[in-house]
Amino acid sequence: MLKRVLMAATAATALLGAAVPAFADVSVKIGVLNDRSGPYLDISGEPSVNAARMAVEDFGAEKKGIHVSFVTADHQNKPDTGSNIARQWFDQDGVDVIVDVPNSGVALAVAKVTREKNRIFMNSGAGTSVLTGEQCSPNTVHWTYDTYALAKSTATSILKEGGKSWYFLTADYAFGHALQADATKFVKAAGGTVTGSVDTPFPSSDFSSFLLQAQGSGAQVIGLANAGSDTVNSIKQAAEFGVVSGGQRLAGLLVFITDVHALGLQVAQGLNLTTAFYWDRDDGTRAWTRRYEAVNDGKVPTMDQAGVYASVLHYLKAVDALKGKDTAAVMAKMREIPTDDPLFGHGQLRIDGRVTHDMYLYQVKTPAESKGKYDYYKLLQTIPAAEAFRPLAEDNCPLVK
Amino acid sequence: MNRSEAAAAPVAAPVPTAGHAGSPRRDDGALHAMLFAGLVAALLVAPFLAYPVFVMRVMCFALFASAFNLLLGYGGLLSFGHAAYFGLASYVCAFAARSWGVDPVAAILLGTLASAALGAVFGAIAIRRQGIYFAMITLALAQIVYFAALQAPFTGGEDGIQGVPRGRLLGLVDLAPDATLYGLVLVVFVAGLLAIYRIVHSPFGQVLRAIRENESRALSLGYRVDRYRLAVFTMSAALSGLAGATKALVFQLASLTDVHWTMSGEVVLMTLIGGMGTMFGPTVGALVFMALEFYLASIGSWVTVVEGAVFVVCVLAFREGVVGVLARRLGRPL
Repeated sequence: MLKRVLMAATAATALLGAAVPAFADVSVKIGVLNDRSGPYLDISGEPSVNAARMAVEDFGAEKKGIHVSFVTADHQNKPDTGSNIARQWFDQDGVDVIVDVPNSGVALAVAKVTREKNRIFMNSGAGTSVLTGEQCSPNTVHWTYDTYALAKSTATSILKEGGKSWYFLTADYAFGHALQADATKFVKAAGGTVTGSVDTPFPSSDFSSFLLQAQGSGAQVIGLANAGSDTVNSIKQAAEFGVVSGGQRLAGLLVFITDVHALGLQVAQGLNLTTAFYWDRDDGTRAWTRRYEAVNDGKVPTMDQAGVYASVLHYLKAVDALKGKDTAAVMAKMREIPTDDPLFGHGQLRIDGRVTHDMYLYQVKTPAESKGKYDYYKLLQTIPAAEAFRPLAEDNCPLVK
Repeated sequence: MNRSEAAAAPVAAPVPTAGHAGSPRRDDGALHAMLFAGLVAALLVAPFLAYPVFVMRVMCFALFASAFNLLLGYGGLLSFGHAAYFGLASYVCAFAARSWGVDPVAAILLGTLASAALGAVFGAIAIRRQGIYFAMITLALAQIVYFAALQAPFTGGEDGIQGVPRGRLLGLVDLAPDATLYGLVLVVFVAGLLAIYRIVHSPFGQVLRAIRENESRALSLGYRVDRYRLAVFTMSAALSGLAGATKALVFQLASLTDVHWTMSGEVVLMTLIGGMGTMFGPTVGALVFMALEFYLASIGSWVTVVEGAVFVVCVLAFREGVVGVLARRLGRPL
């Protein structure tokens, strides 16, 4: 009897406690886990942390009673290092949400730890569509892009232009394999053929033997299922081997603006690429980029760094609406309110963890077309949110029932 | 019976004698028993003071380094490919636990057995040469294992085998909470260390030391040197495997890091920092090494530089390692 009264009293207090404050007074800790020394340093790194801080400032978190603190770490692109850090952050440091995490292998490992510890993982750096497919989790939010969206847009556009036979250069880990698998689907669906593929060690600095194999395959298109410095190195070396002048076409399936910057327009011109964010898209992105540049030594944001900003902003909105940070409640709230920010526009967090928003197919400008620093892309096509990402029905995600 | 801890390994600098050669101190056994008791007591308290997963990690690597030390410190053989046995066991254990759903203890045993078998094969090849050639052969063989782990379909390449279930111990105790798993790791660690202690202080261990000190003389006394070497190599591989398999359960992950040659290098560093040819040295070395990695994690890959600097200081200032110096000061083998 006494027990029941006590329980009722506790429940009532909890309800009152939840309903009363208009001022949130919640402390949240955000862990930015990314590559700070390796091939994805330019894509993520310290600027991702700055982007997250910008989101906290822009939202006015402190004024709304949300006290945000940060921890950061380098996962060194090793799944074991990444999952150890995540585990320790959750167990010891009281981290509520982990953001960024480029490298699909690490992201999958972190997603598992996050689910086990029942916290939140908002990925924007990793590509694998498995994250919201077979291995989807109620604790995962996948922002920015995935291999399905990249493959669908880039591969389809190149097939339309006549590249029918493909040979893949694939980074030998979760991301590369997922990207190749997704691209193969679209190539075959459009009546193209895949003549072969070669797995390259990740990360790699010498692609010569793989490029020779690709050259020898006689395929019209060499699909680069890799990212970061791998993409830059393989495109540069392909130029040295005369792959393009020999009549074959390169398809960079994931190209970041930092990659184009590293390649230079002379080498990169004419490349079709798919991205979720380009700094020079509209006034909103330009204004944001100007502020971003000011805190990042004049570097422009990649779509990954933009995704970190947008995901942190959306998380804070949910925390503010709830005046709390209970994992299940925050996840439900983030699904309920539509995503809306100047960088990605309107979108929605789906049940499988995928955030949908518009994607864009760009072409890299020629040196003559480029008018200034980082003026690299011209828009070919906008892919509406509804079409850009994998439909829920094709997900194989156990949460979609 | 010669309890001298002198370790005149062919490649490493000789370690000064700590005990009194030819006149063993009878109370060394009692001292060691006390040290073991102290270690167990410290490990029972440790999870309340430090992060339990960190302590489990230290225990796994301490066992790995101790197994390596069995070969280097007592057998006088410097293997540069011990990651192969550590990593293979971790893959086998992870695969068995995840894909076949076997009991965690059975998975650990499977991993250990696989490493023992691999150690027997690789050992048979490697012990035909000595010194630098031996080290190079073990390295080459370990690289084969690394390449196999990178390419084989069941290892998951760069991703490793992720999401290994910790399972239920003998179907009864849930190992998912850190506390219960800690108990298992503690038992494995202490049992492994006691096994090494027993091996070293058995007649077999004395023959090993005799071979290390003077191979021709041992041969002339009728000992089959190669068999002893192969036996200790296999034992060391098996115990490294035990450590690797346990680590796979703790972190629920087996990855390329475990088989990479840098892991073979790290275990050499741990053993040398702690004290080669001492019973407790590798444990201390593993603690120092893991603490560096853990508390300096925020500086990322610079940790390697710090570790290198620590190693240089160690070699210049006290080459017998932390425990080796202590043992010399006390005049007792530790």
